[in-house]
Amino acid sequence: MAMMTVIEAVREAMREEMQRDASVFVLGEDVGRRGGVFLATQGFIDEFGEERVIDTPLAEAAIAGVAVGAAMSGMRPIAEVQFGDFVFPVFNQIVGEAARIRYGTKGKISVPMVLRIPYGGHIRGGLFHSQSPEAYFAHTPGLQVLCPATPYDAKGLLKAAIRSNDPVVFLEHKRTYRAVRGEVPDGDYVVPIGVADIKRYGDAATIITYGLTMHYSLQAAEVLAAEGIEIEVIDLRTVSPIDRDTVLESVRKTNRVLVVHEDNIALGVGAEVSALIAEHAFGNLDAPVMRVAGPDIPAMPFAPTLEAAYMPTADKIEAGLRRLLEY
Amino acid sequence: MTQNLENLPKGLNPEDLVDIYAKMVLIRTLDERIWAMNRQGKAAIVASSQGHEAAQLASVWALRHHSEDYFCFTYYRDLAVTVAQGLTPTETLLGFLAKEGEPMSGARQFPQHGAILDKKVINISNVVSTHIPHAVGWALAAKMRGDKTVVAAYMGDGATSQGEVHEAMNFASVLKLPVVFIVENNKYAISVPQHKQMNVKQISSRAAGYGMTGVTVDGTDVIASYEACAEAVERAARGKGPSLVELEVERYLPHTSDDDDSVYRAKAEIDEARKRDPLVKLKDLLASAGLMTDERDVELRESARREIDAATDAAEAAPFPSDRDVLEHVFEEVR
Repeated sequence: MAMMTVIEAVREAMREEMQRDASVFVLGEDVGRRGGVFLATQGFIDEFGEERVIDTPLAEAAIAGVAVGAAMSGMRPIAEVQFGDFVFPVFNQIVGEAARIRYGTKGKISVPMVLRIPYGGHIRGGLFHSQSPEAYFAHTPGLQVLCPATPYDAKGLLKAAIRSNDPVVFLEHKRTYRAVRGEVPDGDYVVPIGVADIKRYGDAATIITYGLTMHYSLQAAEVLAAEGIEIEVIDLRTVSPIDRDTVLESVRKTNRVLVVHEDNIALGVGAEVSALIAEHAFGNLDAPVMRVAGPDIPAMPFAPTLEAAYMPTADKIEAGLRRLLEY
Repeated sequence: MTQNLENLPKGLNPEDLVDIYAKMVLIRTLDERIWAMNRQGKAAIVASSQGHEAAQLASVWALRHHSEDYFCFTYYRDLAVTVAQGLTPTETLLGFLAKEGEPMSGARQFPQHGAILDKKVINISNVVSTHIPHAVGWALAAKMRGDKTVVAAYMGDGATSQGEVHEAMNFASVLKLPVVFIVENNKYAISVPQHKQMNVKQISSRAAGYGMTGVTVDGTDVIASYEACAEAVERAARGKGPSLVELEVERYLPHTSDDDDSVYRAKAEIDEARKRDPLVKLKDLLASAGLMTDERDVELRESARREIDAATDAAEAAPFPSDRDVLEHVFEEVR
């Protein structure tokens, strides 16, 4: 066991997979000598050479589209989009193309690629360096959308993503990169895609969350634990496809659900989780499913006061829990 | 027609021209049949290749003769490429009628879309030009693996306005990838003429902006098209990077069977364009060289008609695909 940060876990996952499989390579802006703006690929160019660590022109659609083409021919590209906010030029290639290629060739071609996206806010990133774009991708059949919150999950899920024969949108929360440290086992392991993790057990209510707000949810749960109220915290880890079994099982146990995410509330991942619960566990609910999420404004603003107004922080989650428990 | 068959470009023999002509007759017959079947209400949609055949077939012959291996990323008007690569008339018509057994997508997609990997053709999308970065990625993968594959990326003139074409061409040139960008310029993107699409006369002039070679030739001329493609294929195969080959072709029919070109194109213009019909030009060339007679031509056309008749019967007799697997192939495993 080693203690490491999320960014170190991401780096180690890619390094080990590139050592294991010659078809794995990385491409993106500044991933070469610079090692990526977040240093995810630090040292890779020396270890693997510039043929497998490709500094691309500044052109996100081409980064994704070239990765799609290489993946179609059997390589396993890891394409880095520098910030989640720059992902929209990529949208056409991932949502329009990558997601449909297996279906549109009736299984003849697969797209085993990973699109790595540093995303999320509470880092003073403003409108164009803070966004959480997961719901756009999660709506698309054919894509797997992963949002790990811890170093353990980041490493294990990224390895699973690289080995998957279907495209993966891999979202790494920027604030967790260096702020979150955790134990990571030595050696090879994978975290299965599509399986949620109960990060904290409880019986009074369930929080369903992922990403940075998973950590804030744990903080809120600790506040209530001091009062003898035990909250269960489910980390979805994979937001598409959602692990229905883990979600519904917890709902049947606690009968109260708070969905928490940083992305804005309308039609976010929480909307799907809420609908799932309403369809499959309505009779188990003692209260309506409630949500704590970003407000429906275009993106997270820059000034600290404005950013704080946007961000679903631990105190907002705690307040949400109290509303839920008082219902 | 005064071209001299003694002086053909390297790799192209008179017998190739005879083969290309026979293929062209078959493809024109097939294309006309598909259009007729659309008007009969049997084929939902067709984008005709009529007027593009010489360019498409010359490019395929150049790829065959000048690379160890190659792969084609086609677009919707590339019937002559797919058929030359081995998609049979019956398989083609199964696609246009959306029938069971259609090999490219199982009739999930529009005709001519999907993949026939054993025949080296992929045409994934209806979104114009999204396949150009894929072609570049395929070439990148080939180069990384040390394969000798040359990738042909086919597109129309309108496609070249897309940002992804610019991004892909720049990417391919920076990384010196083995790609031949083949622009079939028929001067119209549906209804929009070239002068409203771009402020250059020759699309190939853009190649200089990417640091690659660009050339424009008469795409109704098999020999000129072959020579331009062959040079580009050889350049790619030698590791010298991508090229842009613009083949000036004609579009004799509306954009698709759903389009009405009479509202934007004068009949006289199309009549004039028909004087460059690649089929007629190649036949005249072969005849002048003593390689084609009217009798032989009639035989070829009748043989093509019989083959297309049989393919039509087979495709019409085939059932529509069952919906039992409509939920499958979203992911590798059913979820």
